[in-house]
Amino acid sequence: MTGGPDVGPDPYGLQQRLVDFVTALRTKGIMVGTGETVDAAEAMTRLGLDERSILREGLAGTLTRKHSQRETFDEVFDIYFPPRVGRPRSAEQVPADFDVETLRDMLVETLAVADLDALGELAEIAVDRFGEIGGDPAGWSAKQTLDRVQPQNLLARTMGLRGDDDAVVELGGVSPRDQVRDLIGRFRERVEDEARRRTSETRGRERMVLTAVQAQTEHVDFLSANAEQLEEMRRGVRALARRLATRLSVRRRRSHRNTIDIRRTMRKSMSTGGTPIDLVFAKPRPSRPDLVLLCDVSSSVSGFSGFTMLLVQAMKNQFKKVKVYAFVNAMADVTELISVDGDEDGAGLQARILEQAHVQHGTSSSDYGAAFAEFVARDLESIGSRSSVLILGDARTNYREPGLDDLREIRARSNRTFWLNPEQENIWGTGDSAAFDYADVVEMHECRSVEQLGEFVSRLLPA
Amino acid sequence: MTRTMPFASVADVSERLAAVGYLPSDAIATTVFLASELGKPLLIEGPAGVGKTALAQAVSDATGSPLVRLQCYEGVDEARALYEWNHAKQLLRITASKDESWDETRADIFSEEFLLARPLLTAIRNEEPTVLLIDETDKADIEIEGLLLEVLGDFQITIPEMGTVRARHRPFVVLTSNASRELSEALRRRCIFLHVDYPDSDLEERIVQAKVPGLEHSLTKSIVRVINALRELPLRKAPSVSETIDWANTLLALGAVELDEDTMRDSLGVILKHRSDQEKAQKLLDMESALAR
Repeated sequence: MTGGPDVGPDPYGLQQRLVDFVTALRTKGIMVGTGETVDAAEAMTRLGLDERSILREGLAGTLTRKHSQRETFDEVFDIYFPPRVGRPRSAEQVPADFDVETLRDMLVETLAVADLDALGELAEIAVDRFGEIGGDPAGWSAKQTLDRVQPQNLLARTMGLRGDDDAVVELGGVSPRDQVRDLIGRFRERVEDEARRRTSETRGRERMVLTAVQAQTEHVDFLSANAEQLEEMRRGVRALARRLATRLSVRRRRSHRNTIDIRRTMRKSMSTGGTPIDLVFAKPRPSRPDLVLLCDVSSSVSGFSGFTMLLVQAMKNQFKKVKVYAFVNAMADVTELISVDGDEDGAGLQARILEQAHVQHGTSSSDYGAAFAEFVARDLESIGSRSSVLILGDARTNYREPGLDDLREIRARSNRTFWLNPEQENIWGTGDSAAFDYADVVEMHECRSVEQLGEFVSRLLPA
Repeated sequence: MTRTMPFASVADVSERLAAVGYLPSDAIATTVFLASELGKPLLIEGPAGVGKTALAQAVSDATGSPLVRLQCYEGVDEARALYEWNHAKQLLRITASKDESWDETRADIFSEEFLLARPLLTAIRNEEPTVLLIDETDKADIEIEGLLLEVLGDFQITIPEMGTVRARHRPFVVLTSNASRELSEALRRRCIFLHVDYPDSDLEERIVQAKVPGLEHSLTKSIVRVINALRELPLRKAPSVSETIDWANTLLALGAVELDEDTMRDSLGVILKHRSDQEKAQKLLDMESALAR
């Protein structure tokens, strides 16, 4: 496993490999300039190829510029600078009648002694034996491998073999059960890496990069994000809020460099013999807007709404007042339920809203018309002439009455009203989407990723 | 390209940093070596207290070159970063020279004697190789980035009254940032990038051993394990390496031999600085002790 990357005997030169690697990074949104590519080449010659991990750190240092790019970088790196090529030696040595049960038995033994190297070899064998999918050229599937091996069902057997299930755990320690769970997780990762490596050899690296490498968190589509990615986004919510706030304060400082604070300028001129050399400007006193959030929390858009609610909550000192309403087909005030301090991870947020607030009755499909009507009838007071209203939702009405008149009333009462739609703009208005009808009434923005959301929120706040 | 520090290889970096008490990970050693080889600034990001600033200090110690530090803050300007004329002294000089011609006086008041060199100029003028630390770059205004680009690009500073000062030796430049503001792409592009994260438990144990040599090995292990468990919690400020070391020192001073619940409860303030964080840790503690029973 240690040692240099196996770049193979092919005529594919190192220089060309680096250029292709950089091109692949660009397709994944890591914008690498020519100057950096030259630096990377320089780094390669100075570091040598003997040690793969050092090469990886060196290339990462010269080619990435943010930590958020690192995960993507590592995945692409694995494809272009694989630890080895071809069929692994471990897989060539196993007998022909080797079946799933034998592998599972070996896996239990390996898990019990927590042997990481052996775990890696078993992953190679598993992919080689049970992961091959037909097609021309052939490929290897991690999913198929894991479906057949079913490592998640080996926990009980492994614990039986270890026999320390009831061991007393030291303070801050990890229980044996969790250790095994962690090992099984690692096995899965190894299988995924191996399947990706084998397939990229037969099907071409460019294609693998396009299909198998995950996008960076800030570019991930809200609607297609998996649980892990949403978790990742939520973890970054406070950092994002802080960055947006700093960006704003910079903008404010600049835009208010016009009024001179006479008293402090005179005071400062004392040190230069009474000649005012440096001017002191008055501190800005920005007006902070009220914010009212109306969030569709039905399951199709809950990831997007949940994240936005957390972000707004984390930024609440930027606003005078924040009110958050959630709806599926009934509108309820959920401001109190959202707290960034309580759960930054916010995983329970969705469940808590559905449980504790009256956001739906009867069906669980969204009804914008009914929700807007309820809001106008009961809570319209919460919108004042200085309020900004943000509506979050995919505008899919399930062919029910869209409630355009109520929406007009909301807009008329507020200072500004925006609609953030997590769907791609070119599918607006298809099927049951009333996006264009709503877009005629209020300003609608496509908001598919954390990046777009951050852009929007910082534009919303006054300079 | 010029090599800025006398490192022979990545392994050499590791050894020499370790010799002055800084145990680097592979990533750290590799990027330090590269930054020195390619003569580029090293931009370090990461949570507070993982040893970003300490790395610059360690490079300076390991190579025996002086450390010049520019601490950035909101409103730091050219006068604080580059150089400044000593106005007061110049005024005194002018008042003292009653019968001199203006030309003579002018030539005199814009000379070395009246120049206050600030960190960037100091580092560039230094006769020997220097480590230049630009700390918390994200706290400075965007305008300063422009200045840094210029200075770090060709390592020369033009003082209109005196001429251009060129660096004898390219300083080894370290920029640190807590990412409270995104640094500009232009600045990032000129740097070797390094993200320092919390070390893995093995490395952290060795760090604690190196920094607090008197501590029992078993206690060190417990400390690192608890710290790692705390980092898993959604805290406002997770404990960093410097807190681990503080805690180890505290426990050593208290004469603790093992990490029991009471000791931990009493010293929680050393590692967690927010009330809500302490409550969360307390909850974890209660749960652990309930499980152990």
